[in-house]
Amino acid sequence: MNARDRILARVRAAVEDAPEPPAVVRDYLVSHTPDDPAVVLDLLHENLADYRARVHRTDTAGVGALVSALLGARGATSVLVPEGLPPEWLAETGCVRVEDRPESTAAELDAVDSVVTGCALAIAETGTLVLDAGTAQGRRRITLVPDHHICVVRVPDQVVASVPQAMVRLDPGRPLTWISGPSATSDIELDRVEGVHGPRTLDVILLSP
Amino acid sequence: MSGTFVGMPAFPKAAREAVRDTTLRGNLRHATHTIRDKRAKAVAELADWQRLREAGSRIKDMTLRHLDDYLVQLEESVTAAGGTVHWAADAEEANRIVTGLVKATGETEVVKVKSMATQEIGLNEALAAEGIHAYETDLAELIVQLGDDRPSHILVPAIHRNRGEIRDIFREKMASWGRPAPEGLTDIPADLADAARLHLREKFLRAKVAISGANFMVAETGTLVVFESEGNGRMCLTLPETLISVVGIEKTVPTWQDLEVFLQTLPRSSTAERMNPYTSMWTGTADGDGPRAFHLVLLDNGRTDALADDIGRQALRCIRCSACLNVCPVYERAGGHAYGSVYPGPIGAILSPQLRGTTSEIDASLPYASSLCGACYEVCPVAIDIPEVLVHLRERVAGQGGPGHRLEKAAMKAATWAMDHPAAMAAGERLASRTRALHPKRPPGATAWTGSRDLPELPEEPFRDWWRRTGGGKNRT
Repeated sequence: MNARDRILARVRAAVEDAPEPPAVVRDYLVSHTPDDPAVVLDLLHENLADYRARVHRTDTAGVGALVSALLGARGATSVLVPEGLPPEWLAETGCVRVEDRPESTAAELDAVDSVVTGCALAIAETGTLVLDAGTAQGRRRITLVPDHHICVVRVPDQVVASVPQAMVRLDPGRPLTWISGPSATSDIELDRVEGVHGPRTLDVILLSP
Repeated sequence: MSGTFVGMPAFPKAAREAVRDTTLRGNLRHATHTIRDKRAKAVAELADWQRLREAGSRIKDMTLRHLDDYLVQLEESVTAAGGTVHWAADAEEANRIVTGLVKATGETEVVKVKSMATQEIGLNEALAAEGIHAYETDLAELIVQLGDDRPSHILVPAIHRNRGEIRDIFREKMASWGRPAPEGLTDIPADLADAARLHLREKFLRAKVAISGANFMVAETGTLVVFESEGNGRMCLTLPETLISVVGIEKTVPTWQDLEVFLQTLPRSSTAERMNPYTSMWTGTADGDGPRAFHLVLLDNGRTDALADDIGRQALRCIRCSACLNVCPVYERAGGHAYGSVYPGPIGAILSPQLRGTTSEIDASLPYASSLCGACYEVCPVAIDIPEVLVHLRERVAGQGGPGHRLEKAAMKAATWAMDHPAAMAAGERLASRTRALHPKRPPGATAWTGSRDLPELPEEPFRDWWRRTGGGKNRT
């Protein structure tokens, strides 16, 4: 018998006399937040900031200048650009644009200062951005290797209140990255310190129409 | 389990040594107390915590009852998404599979995401024996690896080290593993994190093979999930060409929707955060994004033994949050190393003897390494009744050796140690009553509080013998 058959036989022998356990009951809350877009947005803002993301609000007319200012404040000279990024987001920056290409090496990405992306959605209750490698998001590594990530969230379309509300909108077939604040660690005396391997600075732009 | 722990003394001896180490005790006390209060606050934010806890518990029970079906479904889903599934009945088989996969790539080094399962099977040692260097990339694992040390906590394996000790390890050891620590490195946590960033970056950028575990595997979709904080996990999961994940069979959940429960309960229980900084979910391989080859090694290694035990099988619900360690008065005083396993604390005391059996002195003594205060059960996000399982395992140990047997003696010494530390007992009582206020309702289906608080049924005659011989513990050796 191979290992697969052996393990499956052992599992069956272990549980064959066990009673059927009680059915799973999903009586937990779908959301912990009032169903009011303004309240949900404020909560997202607050929770993003609580975990040290820098949060900005603007509208379509102001996004180009804001992105340019954020890149400029860091002294960035190059920026990674995923496929499908709206051109107006980068319309006002003079940074060199580096395309997200499959053949780029990790070392090449490491030499880029910043990355600008959109997201699939944002979760207010946990202060989380979810990226699904779709339009304007690029490959997973481009939001990981550069030290500065600017992520644009379209308000209100991409904002949900809770984790259960996020799950029904996400496609498990896509590679998903959930981001809650910049890289951090609790490994020294169980105290949270921001800034290890991922981007140490996370700017989030809440973009209204 | 890992060869690292072979020859460990039984719990009481190791615990006595730990208690004498005042630095260790201070480090543990500071860290566990910090996280306890934060966790209570994070949990209190969710009005439906008890319902989430009950749902998580039932999802896991349902999975375990039909684990054979879900494993077959998982295998189909992962394969359909471009992954390759391997099955390993024990540690040796898993190590052989992984070593073979790495060798097939022609590489001689791998980067690793923190993984309990690979520690359990002693994978790093097995790889080293074949000339393959495994670099741990989680900060705490790096500290343990550089310090030639053993892990002492599930979440923070270097919890027994304070910032000054970590700085010294980095200064002394980083150079022999790669990029040296920066000149004049201080013990400020942010500087230490920065030193780790610099040291590991060169390894991430050139790595061709990564090895990970996983927190969850979704049977219906074939999705694997890794929760982390630092970004080392993302580096390992997305930059290399080949990814090998070694995962215990009990990490399966049936559906995608099931994740919504654990995405809420795990981070709050573990690091006391609403959400950990990074969670990665991947299903097989993706075109042009991440590894081109993905191998999943499904590991039994004693899990089916635990599964066969009516009472003990609930230990397999564990999602490795480590909340039970952080509230445990015995863990706080004895330290993680005393448990002689990669799984320390209350969960280790019920998991290790089931995975390894109760034939060694350390494993026979573990079920007694507790005052049965119940604080571990109160904080468990999947409602594992740890005291119930401890009492059950004590019965097993008491039944197998008989009076005067070496295992019975080891067990009695552990019980004596726990009961001989009134501070540990009292702290446990206080903790339990304080946390109980946060959990007004016991989840349905669990045994009554008083049911789990009965003192263990210890063999009567050996205890009297012990009492006579030691004058009631006064001249205990």
